[in-house]
Amino acid sequence: MPDSVRLTVNGTGVEVPAGAMVSTAVALADVSAYRRSVSGEPRGPLCGMGICFECRVTIDGRAHCRSCQVVCRPGMEVRTDG
Amino acid sequence: MGNSFDVAIAGGGIVGAACAEECAASGLKVAVVEPGPIGGGATAAGMGHIVVMDDSPAQIALTNYSRSLWMARASEFPPDVEFVATGTLWVAADEEEMAEVRRKLGVYHSIGVRASVLDASELAKEEPNLRPGLAGALLVPDDGVVYPPCAARYQLERARQNGAVLRIGEAAASLSGEGIKLRDGTLISAGITVNATGAWAPELTPGIEVRKRKGHLVITDRYPGWVRHQLVELGYLKSAHSTTEDSVAFNVQPRKTGQLLIGSSRQFGVEYGAIDHHMLTRMLRRAQEYMPGLADLSAIRSWTGFRAATPDKLPLIGPCPGNERLYLATGHEGLGITTSMATGKLVADLILRRTPAIPAEPYLPGRKQEAHA
Repeated sequence: MPDSVRLTVNGTGVEVPAGAMVSTAVALADVSAYRRSVSGEPRGPLCGMGICFECRVTIDGRAHCRSCQVVCRPGMEVRTDG
Repeated sequence: MGNSFDVAIAGGGIVGAACAEECAASGLKVAVVEPGPIGGGATAAGMGHIVVMDDSPAQIALTNYSRSLWMARASEFPPDVEFVATGTLWVAADEEEMAEVRRKLGVYHSIGVRASVLDASELAKEEPNLRPGLAGALLVPDDGVVYPPCAARYQLERARQNGAVLRIGEAAASLSGEGIKLRDGTLISAGITVNATGAWAPELTPGIEVRKRKGHLVITDRYPGWVRHQLVELGYLKSAHSTTEDSVAFNVQPRKTGQLLIGSSRQFGVEYGAIDHHMLTRMLRRAQEYMPGLADLSAIRSWTGFRAATPDKLPLIGPCPGNERLYLATGHEGLGITTSMATGKLVADLILRRTPAIPAEPYLPGRKQEAHA
């Protein structure tokens, strides 16, 4: 098993340790918010355990994925502007 | 302020609100009694689909008239009413249902309702998330959707501006030709009393032919553009027509927020409001048969509500037989949002002895009702 995984966040390459969650990859990318609320406020991880739904991102085109619950896979395309 | 009114309305849902707005606008002194939040019953539980339906000539007349009233006011509503002219797509699964599409097209054209037939590829282009292999659809472009509780609130506010008294948070204990008696014993006396309490109307006017018909809905997270029209399977007609069996039908609606409402289910003989998981499962499976991708979307909430159903699928609008001062405005089943506006007009016209825009007779209480097959 490789030690690290490469994926993209908003089109920019990010390298994370194998087994890291997508929320970690987004944190390592230079991103201002994981998503925006209905009224445009920035949102990011709060609970880190899949309960609060604040850290939702789009993964490989699928919207509203909880980034704290998904393990990074090689080549994954993550978007925080979806 | 005295306790005597021209019209006292029990029920602050969309039907009571429409009656109040229309009566107050006609110069009548109106009171409305609503125990819960405005539009907190079936008004909040339903989808808010404004649609022309063609089960019977009387249903066509009422829905078409009422839809035209909604459309004429579209630009007047505040943003929270969320009026969107989504159009309706009546989805045909096979050639048998395409024959029904063409029959429906003829009916709509005969009454001046815009409609057109989409073939399989046109349907796929309009709604790419429908499964491949469907036969086509009937597009009714002027149908729309609203957020009904805010529409009810807006109409009651307009009534209040025209002098109506709103007694929100107070419950009617009984109704009579004399007015509404509240639970604390106060009599709100009125020349005309209107029972607009939806599926609960028989509790205040015993013996009327209104039954609770339970429904479930699911709402998803926001997926803007995933669905563009209100989608209804043509098989819905079979489902909605059955007056005995529990049934589900594919019925999906895009909200202004990008959320999707997923329905629908129909059950008689159920009084509890809790989710029936076997019905919810059947309903979502039916929806996935038409839109397999729904399985990958996040649902955030599900709930139930009670439609006020009558044997002949038409509402009860007008005075009770034997009591010209006690009116009914209930029994709107799954079409109450659409038909509320026309109901308000008819009630005001009947009270003021004006000639209504459509004949009122098919909806009068006391008509001979034959159960719809």
